[in-house]
Parts: sequence; structure tokens; C-alpha cells
Amino acid sequence: MEKVGAVLVVGAGIGGSQAALDLADSGYKVYLVESSTSIGGVMAQLDKTFPTNDCAICIVSPKLVEAGRHPNIEIKIKSEIMNVSGEVGNFNIDLMEHTLFIDQEKCTGCGICGQECPVEAIDLFNEGLSSNSATSVKYPQAVPLVYAINRDYCIGCGICKGVCQAKAIDYKLKSKKTQLKVGSVILALGFDEFEADVLKQYGYGKYKNVVSSIEFERILSASGPYSGHVLRSSDGNVPQKIAFLQCVGSRDPKFGKEYCSSVCCMYTAKEAVIAKEHTEGLEATIFSMDIRAYGKDFDKYIERAKEEYGVKYVRSRISSIEEIPGTKDLKLTYETEEGKIISEIFDMVILGVGLTPPKDASKIADTFDIDLNKYGFIKTQPLKPVETGRPGIYVCGACSSPKDIPETVIEASAAAGKVNIDLSPARGTLVTTKKYPDEIDVSGQPIRIGVFICHCGINIGGYVDVPAVVKYAETLPDVAYSERNLYTCSADTQSLIQEKIKEHKLNRVIVASCTPRTHEPLFQETIREIGLNKYLFQMTNIRDQCSWVHMREPEKATEKAKDLVRMAVAKVRLNTPLSTVPLKVNPSALIIGGGVAGMTAALNFSQQGFKIKLIEKDKKLGGFSSKIYKTIEGDDIQEFLQELINNVENEDLIDVYLGAEIQDIDGYVGNFKTTIIQDNSKKKLEIEHGIIIVATGAKEYIPKEYEYGVNPNVITQKELENRLFNKGNFSNIKSIVMIQCVGSRNEENPYCSRICCSEAIKNAIRLKEQYPDKEISILYRDIRTYGFKEKYYREAREKGILFIRYKKESPPELISNKERIKINLKNERLGDILLDSDLLVLSTGMIAPSKENETLAKLLKVPLNEDKFFLEAHVKLRPVDFATEGIFLCGTAHGPATIGESIAQANSAVSRATIILSKETLMIGGIVSSVDKDLCTGCKICVRICPFNAIIKDDEGYAYVQEALCKGCGVCGASCPEKAISIKHFTNEQILSEIYALGGNIIE
Amino acid sequence: MNFEPKILGFLCNWCSYAGADLAGVSRIQYPPNIRVIRVMCSGRVDPEFIIQGFQTGIDGIIVMGCHPGDCHYLEGNYEAEMKYKMVQKFLKFINFDNRVRLEWVSASEGNRFAEIVTDFTRQIKEQGPSPVGGKSPDSMLLDKLNAILLAIGSYRMRALVGRERIITEFENVYGEKVPLEKFDDIFDTAIRDEYLRHQILISLSNDPKSVKDLAIELETDPSVILKNILVLKNRSQVNMEKIVGVTPIYTNIMEG
Repeated sequence: MEKVGAVLVVGAGIGGSQAALDLADSGYKVYLVESSTSIGGVMAQLDKTFPTNDCAICIVSPKLVEAGRHPNIEIKIKSEIMNVSGEVGNFNIDLMEHTLFIDQEKCTGCGICGQECPVEAIDLFNEGLSSNSATSVKYPQAVPLVYAINRDYCIGCGICKGVCQAKAIDYKLKSKKTQLKVGSVILALGFDEFEADVLKQYGYGKYKNVVSSIEFERILSASGPYSGHVLRSSDGNVPQKIAFLQCVGSRDPKFGKEYCSSVCCMYTAKEAVIAKEHTEGLEATIFSMDIRAYGKDFDKYIERAKEEYGVKYVRSRISSIEEIPGTKDLKLTYETEEGKIISEIFDMVILGVGLTPPKDASKIADTFDIDLNKYGFIKTQPLKPVETGRPGIYVCGACSSPKDIPETVIEASAAAGKVNIDLSPARGTLVTTKKYPDEIDVSGQPIRIGVFICHCGINIGGYVDVPAVVKYAETLPDVAYSERNLYTCSADTQSLIQEKIKEHKLNRVIVASCTPRTHEPLFQETIREIGLNKYLFQMTNIRDQCSWVHMREPEKATEKAKDLVRMAVAKVRLNTPLSTVPLKVNPSALIIGGGVAGMTAALNFSQQGFKIKLIEKDKKLGGFSSKIYKTIEGDDIQEFLQELINNVENEDLIDVYLGAEIQDIDGYVGNFKTTIIQDNSKKKLEIEHGIIIVATGAKEYIPKEYEYGVNPNVITQKELENRLFNKGNFSNIKSIVMIQCVGSRNEENPYCSRICCSEAIKNAIRLKEQYPDKEISILYRDIRTYGFKEKYYREAREKGILFIRYKKESPPELISNKERIKINLKNERLGDILLDSDLLVLSTGMIAPSKENETLAKLLKVPLNEDKFFLEAHVKLRPVDFATEGIFLCGTAHGPATIGESIAQANSAVSRATIILSKETLMIGGIVSSVDKDLCTGCKICVRICPFNAIIKDDEGYAYVQEALCKGCGVCGASCPEKAISIKHFTNEQILSEIYALGGNIIE
Repeated sequence: MNFEPKILGFLCNWCSYAGADLAGVSRIQYPPNIRVIRVMCSGRVDPEFIIQGFQTGIDGIIVMGCHPGDCHYLEGNYEAEMKYKMVQKFLKFINFDNRVRLEWVSASEGNRFAEIVTDFTRQIKEQGPSPVGGKSPDSMLLDKLNAILLAIGSYRMRALVGRERIITEFENVYGEKVPLEKFDDIFDTAIRDEYLRHQILISLSNDPKSVKDLAIELETDPSVILKNILVLKNRSQVNMEKIVGVTPIYTNIMEG
């Protein structure tokens, strides 16, 4: 049976949206199904994101807008999957689209219905902290921007129908059943917070000033209920002392869940930092067990929170919380690390609530006939992180285990990467390819501008005198036609604009309405359909930035609207058609690094039919994983690795180059040329390819500490693993001491290596299982068994393995090594401890091969972070991309990661690269910069300033813009000393024409 | 009649323009004086745009971009900041530095956007109408603005500001980081010199003058004028036309 080139993505948070975009850009039709009324999920609710304090809505909103208007993505809001049948390649999905009582096609999102609704219902987006109306959108930047009536609150008064000028409201609108045919499915269901029951023991729901972390996130947000001011909900006062409690419901099998929720340590640190930024003099105290800052640059963030911001950490789980009558302050009682009982009063308490499976997980698992794990999350295997077990059905994000945004985004692309393997034969079969008429040549034509001014119901028309603006527009130079519309964005107005273009021979079009950020593409499309180049369009914003913000000054708002139209006219007169030209793509990949990540990526590509050149500096494939025998969960790594190597070696589409070194990398996205040499020979080999994946990995830290290398009884964790799995002799050994964080989280390597805690616990458990009488102690700073790995930490303790904490300032000391190894240790509670052991095992971290990375980074012109790991384009939303188009990264080249995580990253990088490789040509041009060679002096300022490496020096020494890499930001143009660079569509002349049109005084 | 200033805002597409939209969606009211030009990145705002804006009689200009670290184009806002600082320094010469502002506004900061615009509008109202706006602009000031435009657009200033971040925050060609104070010294001197030189050029293009005449007109020490005249002579921009008595007369020999 033929495969269906369409994909169902269930859940439209950041994970689902990312997967949908990747697939839609790679040639598949995507149905993005969402149970609520808009896409964006939890990320859209967040204020800032760690560890960069990026504004969440700033970074996520462009992605949502892109998904909302993508021709290959069909968004189904308020929808539910009823039934699933079929198999990979051919699934039949029964979908129920619940009614909004508002026609999505007609609703313009103007919001009048919400304003006029007399029932103040609850606003879910702000977590119940402010009120909204029975008809509402989820949040102001919602995609799609359509309103919905909440039947639970609506009293049926009928007012909204009366005020809706778009005639979108229909109380009789029924829910409808639809059938979808898709080839694969991705589940991106997200997560829920712990139920209130778990929180009740902390006074949640009873004490007003105890709030959950997600509620606090809304409190912090500038667009939240308190406009970003931190206020107590009991009395509206500004709190001076806030306590943050960690592990609320997590790592707590008695009252909550056994597992670790992975993200709370970091988001709490972030919330504490932002709260301090928002409130001067605020004291923030975080009560935590271990601080699990195991991600890239996370430890540095915690250090900054402590040092720079003065956030206080107390290592304790509180024993009780009481509200003080009258003040409603909160008294917390806890035991300090030294064992003292303390009571302290706080103004507010934030509960660091963990993540649970989405409420409907079990229902969805039934519908899709897939398994859940014992915690109720969708079940996956450590080495198959995005597979559900049922072929063709994949999973990403927090619905399979708690994880943060970049991990979710990685998995989203990884799931898309897997879909690519299933469906590549059906690629391009169901996508919309629109035929446009030939473009009208407007050069030489006299300029004829059409101005369309929108009333937006009463949103603009109620405050701006639209007829007066229309009349004014008619007086402006080159304006041939001007009119007003009730809704310029409605479907019938699009046809009308096209008719007027024909009738009046218009060759420039202006729409004065809402924001170009959401609506410009719609109008550009309208004029393209009739043969005008889309850059002959200009939009000006007289609603969001005029009528809505000057409601009390209608005359001045009208004057402003006239000025804005005059400025738009001045600019559009200078607008010219911009062309895009196709650039042929070489459909093959270069993968640098032959470890698990590189090989996984290679096999994904080959299964899609792309050619791969895999280069490895060593004489054999395998990389770091060659030294690992089992995962903590028990998967056999050696067997897995051998199979991977065999598959790579037997694949015709993969050419492997061992002992290879890169000499030079030339070209750019779509057409790279790389020169390598093999086995130090003189012979150079040139490889041509369309994209590059960096999978160069990391290396093991070789300890200088604890007489390693001198004393044979001091070994690393990897060496212990080797002994354990290769029948090593342990008969003379009675007690074993393991030291964590050797060479990690110190001045030299100020980051966490992520894997060492699990590795130590894995080996300790295995030792204990084989030799129950051996004494094992693990000396640690924080145990970071995040997610489901927490189970093994518990198991280790239950097996009698001793965990003793030390502080960074007082690491364990080696006292004597004569007969037995003696370790001295300071512990807060136990005081000085002397440990005897026969074997000292050092848990050493991962480090970046700094020299090699620096060389490669220079060749690729991509950045490294402070620790010499490769630095991705954006830590949250572009975790496997480089800023430079066509270059991607995966595996431990990015930073320490488990094998499973590396596999996810590899598939993720493939999906991102497939967006390019799946196209025969890339369209380049449009808004890009260009250099006037006659003016260029070759000073190279632009070359250095361009963040995307888009500008190079050509053979003659002039600056040359590689259009395929240019993003059109225009920084080069503003910087060129000779003003030799112009930015198309934003030329100096165009911007100056707007300035002059505003200023009025003509410069001679 | 109340003074209603003309205010121009350059907003980057990704953060501050979105923040302004959010102010609208949230119906946060602010004074209607601002007119917005949308650019893709605050780093696109050429320093010349601001000067040219003032030349056309605009009373106040505000540039807004993404918060540091948030730039959609990675670091365009840092470039914007470098350029803005230069503009500020030039505008100080004519007491226009209070008529410009640079602010970071994120897409979630509708409130902040409105507050900034309200505050900036108040600030410009306090400054009063631009002396070069309206029906009878101050021609002396226009000359000075013109000198600033030419200086700010000169190769030297643009080259310095274009390299500033690289050599003060990363490394120069010797692999060294130039201390900011040292760079600022050089930069400030260049600003002062180029402004004066372009004032001299403008003055000389009206009619030939002596060092002494220029010193009086530009309220500057004659020895400083002479020093700069010599630089301009080396640059083939002025020439000694004649000597009247003991006083050499200089003229602008540039085209136009």
C-alpha cells in the first residue's frame, strides 16, 4: 500500500509546533491537533527561560505565527482524537472538532465580543489570577487568534452576537467529526502539574500566599495579572521575603511521585533571580535537597543566582508550614544541615511543583494502543527515546519523561527525523504547491498606489475617523485609489483588493490596519495571486499602535493615522520588486565524527536515501561509547554499538573515512566543499555536500587528583566498569570509595558532566549485586539522578550503599596510601570522617577536546562556549542548529549527554538538515543586503560584524554577500564606513523617505 | 496652544514592535505623538537616520530593540547600542542629547513600552519644540546638524564605531583586548575633531575665511582651528586661497 505523506501531531506546545514545522518544511502535510483553543502550550505562559533569561514569548511567538500561517500545517484547535486504526504509513484518525460557537473562518480576533461579555469568567492562561470573559482568547498573542465561547461560563445572553460585526458568532454551531489519513503520528502531549492534593500538605489552597511555581511565573510576567509586579494575593502587598520549596511532589514516594521532575531546580533559581530583579531588596531563599543543575551552563546560572543575586540556598526539606493569622505571613520550620531546628517567617511561599503525565495520557495511550510506564508517562526505551513501541507512532517532550524546553525541542525534531525515515517515499505528495500567475513587470510604469484602510469593526473605526483618512490618502502623491473596509483581512476583501488592482491598474498596495507581524503575509499573498511582486506591498499599523492606545483622543489618533499612511505612501513609492532565485542543493551530508551520534545521523539519512560522507579522526568507529558497557537501565551498549557499526559499514550510501582530518571547508548551505586528508598522507580529497553535521563528541577527563596514575588502587569509573564487565578480580577488595565531580564543577571545568552520578550508581549497584559484602561509599556534592534515574539512587541506598556529602570548599582529602587508602572528609552533620578503602574510584567528567574544537570551529566559522563545547544558535529553541545555515550539531560535541540523549540529538539534527536536503533548490534573495563594489574598500567591517557569516571577501578583495546565509537584519548596512551596502526593502532611501514624510521640513 | 511634539520611533520587528502591539492588545493608553518606523533589527538604524530626522524638524527620536541577549539576529542590538552612544555624543554639542533615547523592550512588555513612550513624550515636551522645526528653523543650528551629519557619516567615525565591539570586547589583530577607556579616549577625540572639521568645511563653503574669522564664528581657540585646517588641507578638502596682509584665507575645495 502506498504511504500517506501526511503526519498527525497531537499537542501544539513548543514540542508539537516544532515537530510540525520541521515536517511541513520537509515536504509533508501536517495536522496539528490541540485540545485547547490556541497553540503555544506552557512555554507561552512562561515569563523568562533559564539559563539565559530570554523572554519566553519573544522567542516562541515567531514560531507560533510561522506554524499558524504555514501552507502545509492545518491547525485543529479544541479537538480530540476519537479513534485510530491502521499501521505505519497508513493510519486512519477519527477526530472530533469541538465547537467554539464562533466561526473560525470569520472571526478576525478583534476582541469586541470579549469586551462586551457581561459574565466575568476565569482566565486560564493567567492560572486563575485574573478574570476574563466567557468568550475569550487564551492570551493576547494567541495563534490562531480566534475567540471561543466557554459554555461552562456563558449564560447565553446573546450580546456577543449582536456586537460581532464579522458575523462570526453562531450559537448553533455543532462539533464536527472528521477523518484524517496520515502516515505517522507524533504525540507531544506535554505535562500537567501535580494535583492540588499533593500541594495541600504545604497549605496550598488554604493559605493565600502559598502559590505554585507556574502561578508565580504568571505573576512575574510583564503581561501577567499583576503586570510583572510581585504581589501577595492576600493583600496586594509587595513581599520582602519569599521562600521557594523544591521537590514539591517530586522525589517523594510517600506523598507524591518517586521520580525527579528534572526542571524544578532550574526554574526555581530563575524565578528567584527574576523576582529579585523585579523587587528591590527582596530576600529569596530556596529550600532544596540536591541542586540538579545538570544541563549546559546550568551550574554557572546557579552560581550567579547565589553570588550576583544573593539568592540563599538552604539544604533542607521543610517540616511544617503555618499561616500566621492576621498578617497571613507563613512560618516555615525546618532542620538545617547541621541538625538544628529553625523557624522562620516568610511573606510568600512558592511551591516548586513537579511534572506529572498529562491528565489524558492513559486515554490517549488506549486510543493509540501504546504503553505507559509505571509512572504514567508514555513508555520509551533509553536507546529509543522518541519511539513508543508501536511502529509509526512517536513521542516527544515531557509526556514521555519530565524535561525542559531544549530537550523537548530536540526530541520534537528527533521524532520528525524518525517520521522522515518512515515516510520519505511519500514526501511532497500532499503538500500545497500553489501556482502563481507570471509576475507583472512594473518597471517603467507610472506609480499607482491603492490604499485600503480597515475599520476592524469598531476597533479602528470607533476611534479613528476612517473616512477622513481615506480622503486624506487620496490627496497623497501617486495614490490612484483609496477605500475603506469593515475588515480588510476578510476573505471577500481579498477578492475586492484584487479587483481594484485590475480595475485601477494599481502597482503598489498599502493596507492600514493591524500589525504586519501577523497580517503582512496574508496581503502579500493577495497581491501575488494577481501577479504583483509581494514586495510592492506596504502595511501600516493604525490599530495596535494607534486606535487601541489612543482611545481617549480620537482626533489625535486620526492625525496619527494620517501621518502613518503618508509615511507608508512615501515608502511604497520606492518599493521595488525583489526576486528570489533558486540555488541547487547537493543532496548529501557530511558528518564529522563516527561515534554513536554521528553514526545514528548517518543511518537516518541513508534510510531516507541521501548520500553521506562520514569522517572519523580515529582508526575505528565507535567513539566515547566504546568504553561503556551498560546504561543504568541495563541496556547493553557494546551490542548496540556493534550493530550500529555493522549497519554503517554495510550501507552503500555511507562512505566512511577513517583516520581523516579536515583541511578546509568552503562554500555555504546547499553547496559545501570540504578538503580532507587521510592517515596523514599528502593526498588531499575533496568532498562536495549540502549540509554539515558536527558530531565530534567529547573526551574523558584524565584526573590529576588523588594520585591517579601513581597508585594502582586509584582508578576511574570507566576503568571500574571495564573490570566489572570483563570479569575483573575484586577478591582483595573489601571496601570501595567513589568520589564524584572529580574534574567537574570546579574552576577548571565549571560545569556538571551530567552522566557521572548515574554512572557511579550503576557501577555501585552492580558491584553490590555481585559482591553483597563489599562496603561502598559514594562521596558527592549533589546527586543528579534526574528524571526516572532517581529510582536507581533510591535502590542504591536501599542496597546499603553509603552516600556522604561534601562541599565544594572542602573536597575529600587523601591522607595515606601506604597500605590502605585513607580519605578524610568534612560533613556538615557528621563532622570529620575518616574512610578506609582498598579501591578509590574517581567519577571523572567529560571535557571538550579544546584544541580540536577550536580548529574545527575556525574552519566552520561557528562559536564555542567558555568550556570549549560547540555553541548552538539558540540554547532554547535551536539546540541542534548553528547560527550559520546548513551546519548542525549533535551528541557530546554540544555538551555532556547520555547515549540516549545523543541519539535524540542525532535524529534531531537530521530532521533539521532534511529541511534543506529534501529540496532540490533553495530560494534565496528577497530581503538581503547587497554590496556596491564601486564603493567598497575591503575594510572587512561587515565581514566581522555579520553574525551569520554571510559576508565574505571575494577574490578581488571586495565584500560579497552570500545571499543564502543573509537574514536581512541590516546591521552591515548601518555599519559600512563607505555606505556601500544596501538592504533590500529597507534601503536608506526607503527609510529616509519615511523620516522625511514625518518630519516635513525638506533637507536641501 | 499646547506643544505637541513630533516623535519618531524606530522599532525592531521581533521584540519592541511586538511589545508595542501588545500594549495595543492590552489597550494601554499612551500619548499619541509617536510615529513608528519598523525595521527588522535595531542594529539597522543608521546613525545618519537620527540626524536626518532632526534636520527635518522631528522633536524627539527613540530607538527600541530587544533586551541584551534576546536579539533575533544574535547581536544586532549591541551594535545599535554602540551607534547610539556615538550619536548621543555628537548631539551633546548642540544640546540635542536629551532628544534621543535607546530602550530595550521585549514582546511581553506592553506596559513598559507605554511607560517609556509616555515618559519620553513628557521629556520632549519639556525640551520644547525643536529649534530647527516649524516655519523658521534656526539656520545656525541647521549648519551644526549638517556638520554632525557629515562627521557621523564620515569614513573615520563609521570605521571606528564598526570596529568598537570587536576590539574592545573580543580581540584586535594582535589578539589583545583594547581597554574601553583607551578606546573611548580615541573615539571622543575623533568625535570632537570631526565635528569641528566639518563645521569648518561648511563655514568655508559659504565663503572663504581666515583662521581668526573661523575661531570667532565657531567659538574655538585659533590654534585648534589652525591644527584642523592643516588636517583638512592634507585631506585635500581645503586650500589656502590667498594671503591678505599677513592673514591667509582658506576655502573649501570639495565638490558641491
